[in-house]
Amino acid sequence: MSAAKIQLSEIRFKVNGVERSATVPPMKRLLDVLREDLALTGVKEGCGEGECGSCSVLLDGVLVNSCLVPALQASGCEVLTVEGLATNGALAHIQRTFLELGGTQCGICTPGMMLAAESLLRKNPHPDLDAIREGLAGNLCRCTGYMRIIDAVKHAIEEPILTADLAPEETVHK
Amino acid sequence: MRDATPTRIVGTPALRKEGFGKVTGGARYIDDIVLLGMWHGATVRSSIARGAIKDIRFGAGINWDEFVIVTAKDIPGANCIPLIVDNDQPVLADARVNHPEEPVVLLAHPDKARLHEAVEAVEIDYDPLPAVFTIEESERQQTIVWGEDNVIKRFLVEKGDVDSAWQHAAHIVSGEYRTGAQEQLYIENNGVIAEWSDADGLIIRGSMQCPYYVHKALLRVFDLPAEKVRVIQAETGGAFGGKEDYPSLIAAHAGLLALKAGRPVKIIYDREEDLAATTKRHPSRTRYRTAVDKDGHLLAMDIQVDLDGGAYATVSPTVLSRATIHSAGPYLCENIRVRSHAWATNVPPHGAFRGFGSPQTIFGIERHMDQIAKAVGISPEEVRRRNFLAQGNATATGQLIRDPIDLRGMMDRALKVSDYHAKRARFARENATSSAIKHGMGIASFMHGAGFTGSGERYLNSLVGLEADASGHLTVLVSSTEFGQGTNTMLSQVVAEALGLSCEDVSIAQPDTNRVPNSGPTVASRTTMIVGRLVHDAALALAGILREKNLLSEEFSADEFRAACAAYTAQFGALRSEARYQPPKDIFWDDAKYQGDAYPAFAWAVYVAEVAVDTRTYAAEVVNFYTVQEVGRVMNPVLAAGQIEGGVAQGVGYALYEKVVWKDGRMSNNQMTNYIIPTAADVPNIEVYFEEMPCEHGPYGAKGLGELPHDGPAPAILNAIQDAAGISFTSIPLLPEDIFLRMAEAPEPECLEIVGSAKGPQ
Repeated sequence: MSAAKIQLSEIRFKVNGVERSATVPPMKRLLDVLREDLALTGVKEGCGEGECGSCSVLLDGVLVNSCLVPALQASGCEVLTVEGLATNGALAHIQRTFLELGGTQCGICTPGMMLAAESLLRKNPHPDLDAIREGLAGNLCRCTGYMRIIDAVKHAIEEPILTADLAPEETVHK
Repeated sequence: MRDATPTRIVGTPALRKEGFGKVTGGARYIDDIVLLGMWHGATVRSSIARGAIKDIRFGAGINWDEFVIVTAKDIPGANCIPLIVDNDQPVLADARVNHPEEPVVLLAHPDKARLHEAVEAVEIDYDPLPAVFTIEESERQQTIVWGEDNVIKRFLVEKGDVDSAWQHAAHIVSGEYRTGAQEQLYIENNGVIAEWSDADGLIIRGSMQCPYYVHKALLRVFDLPAEKVRVIQAETGGAFGGKEDYPSLIAAHAGLLALKAGRPVKIIYDREEDLAATTKRHPSRTRYRTAVDKDGHLLAMDIQVDLDGGAYATVSPTVLSRATIHSAGPYLCENIRVRSHAWATNVPPHGAFRGFGSPQTIFGIERHMDQIAKAVGISPEEVRRRNFLAQGNATATGQLIRDPIDLRGMMDRALKVSDYHAKRARFARENATSSAIKHGMGIASFMHGAGFTGSGERYLNSLVGLEADASGHLTVLVSSTEFGQGTNTMLSQVVAEALGLSCEDVSIAQPDTNRVPNSGPTVASRTTMIVGRLVHDAALALAGILREKNLLSEEFSADEFRAACAAYTAQFGALRSEARYQPPKDIFWDDAKYQGDAYPAFAWAVYVAEVAVDTRTYAAEVVNFYTVQEVGRVMNPVLAAGQIEGGVAQGVGYALYEKVVWKDGRMSNNQMTNYIIPTAADVPNIEVYFEEMPCEHGPYGAKGLGELPHDGPAPAILNAIQDAAGISFTSIPLLPEDIFLRMAEAPEPECLEIVGSAKGPQ
């Protein structure tokens, strides 16, 4: 048996500030288009059903699970992935705080988590603790217990990072 | 114990070594790797729990000529993944299946999208056999599914004379406690790429914890010499024990397909397959019968530990061992008996998960200590304080605690930082008048042994290497893997500290069995203490090589070290040192009697949970969580605190969220939609406090800490729920529906069901 002939469509969109195109089945997941056709493998798949948020990207500034978005829907849109956060090799502020404050451990949720943080901070530049927790609640992390991710977002609000804040609570030497 | 040596780099929050790639999306995990001409593989699995395979049919509607098909007949060597028990889990089921989701047939095709319908089109006919799914069904021994008695492994630990202690008891307290299966739920699913060539043999890249476990397994499956199998760890997106043994099976599958297809084959599980087919934490039932005097001192503990091992032995013998040894908690008792069993059932084999048996038995002992406190009429903190192990005491296995131990000081500190007494008093007042939300405080005190149990480290015989190039840049050669815990950073800090360099002067070689020696598996809270110490020794040995050639003096600067490396390599070539594990001289273990020094060191902890129980929704929420732990020297405060916080969050999930729903031996909620782990909105505020009492076995006094934080949260939380709601829950996960059922019942007289009960080990 041969697979039914699938009509391909050309999708044109702006990805990380650059005009890109891909000729793909229109219902191909945006996640797969980004990973397979554009080699943007920083976008991760964790569950394939919109639960874990690892595949989060910004689509016209809106945080979406790219595993639930058909390629067709991204046509003509602007997409931001983790690869678009740094500029000319210089880490974005949110990347620095994740790196320096222990917001990344195994790293698989990190791209999606940083985009959730970016989305939150764009909508609400000074979120309180509850808003941060709420803003990240669609992205699962199994390593960190979220404390240091929340810290990273808190510190992304203000500059600069103080090294004194890097340490956890006091340590007793015996 | 030795003094804390002043350090420049150890103890500082050095940046995560591989962190840049992780925050830029540049880190390459296994599914990010594409090889030329690569096909995709998929697994056809058993749909029944137990039975004989009658026939395998390849259904209509699929052009099977396009596929590579592998069955057990295609295995060149042994159809077995040997880990602890020989002739254990098969690579592919042949004549019969022993659990649902057991691999039977493998398929490969160039188009990943075509595999799903092909898997569906393979029909397997069975003659079903009776199956058992629980500890109770297995121990009844009416249906024998393993050996002669369904027992995969049993242990007996005896200290003193338990049987004569009961007559002296003021109180006899018995209790039974249960824990459910728990999925590791690393966010990156399992995956492997295999390549085969006649010249090089088999090359495996994958998401894994233990490259040499995979290597050992493949030698037998493919009947190859060691040099014809090469295993490379790709960046690994979380593991927690879940990638300890199962990757060997996937690597064998991908390898068989690659061998037959003559091209690289990638197998990436999707979430549903990963949840349904791969290992979980062993479900457990622990029974305690304890004799205490009128002041609450433990006189005797008769403990029964039963684990559900699943259909094959895999790691169950060692999980049971750790569960057994930790079951008496951090308490002194002169008369202890632990009888433990790992029972075979027809569910997918249970495996390693952070804590490795300890969270199960520590749940039992720490819930039980609160019941003893109630029976005696003293506070939960006081019953623990009166029984804590102290320096010079002996544990259940007769291990003398030689190092200083400060459980009492840690209890004081935990009570202080949590404002325990004031809050508990306030909650007692408020709970009496507030009908809606009840608050409570709960304690757990516990320990976790670092390193392999008993003689384990002697058998592992770990080796590490260290190389320096002409510029003085160092490369650490270990098979210890990074999967989020901070291995790379910690080892860099050790080398930089030892040689007066900075972390930037040190690289960690990618774990690749062609390049790195076998420094043992990355498990058992052993990497910092055991491997870190070996890397430290290798660093000193490397300086020693330079001194032997008169290229370096006793004291040296970084520049002098670099100059010495340049001079050495110009004159003598490659500069490389090694260090091999040397068993400490004062450590003794008797495998036959299960007595002696179970671990070179223990990490100790006292945790306090503050909960709110909503009596309208029956939801229990952890509001604050306070952790005090003594882990030897803290190597990197940011990474160490991250380990504690992550472990606590998993413990919160274990206690209140994560329920594996079984149907005829198969996980039926195998999706993230209905297997629920805590989100950023669910985790409590977690506070982390360390005590540092340097330990002689680890580098710069470090002990292991990775597993410790998963041991304490569940009992602390259920103890707090008992404090809040006055109900003693004995089983986790504890979901709102479970709380509803008990609250809807008539209020029970406290402790009546447990004090002096005849229930318990008989």
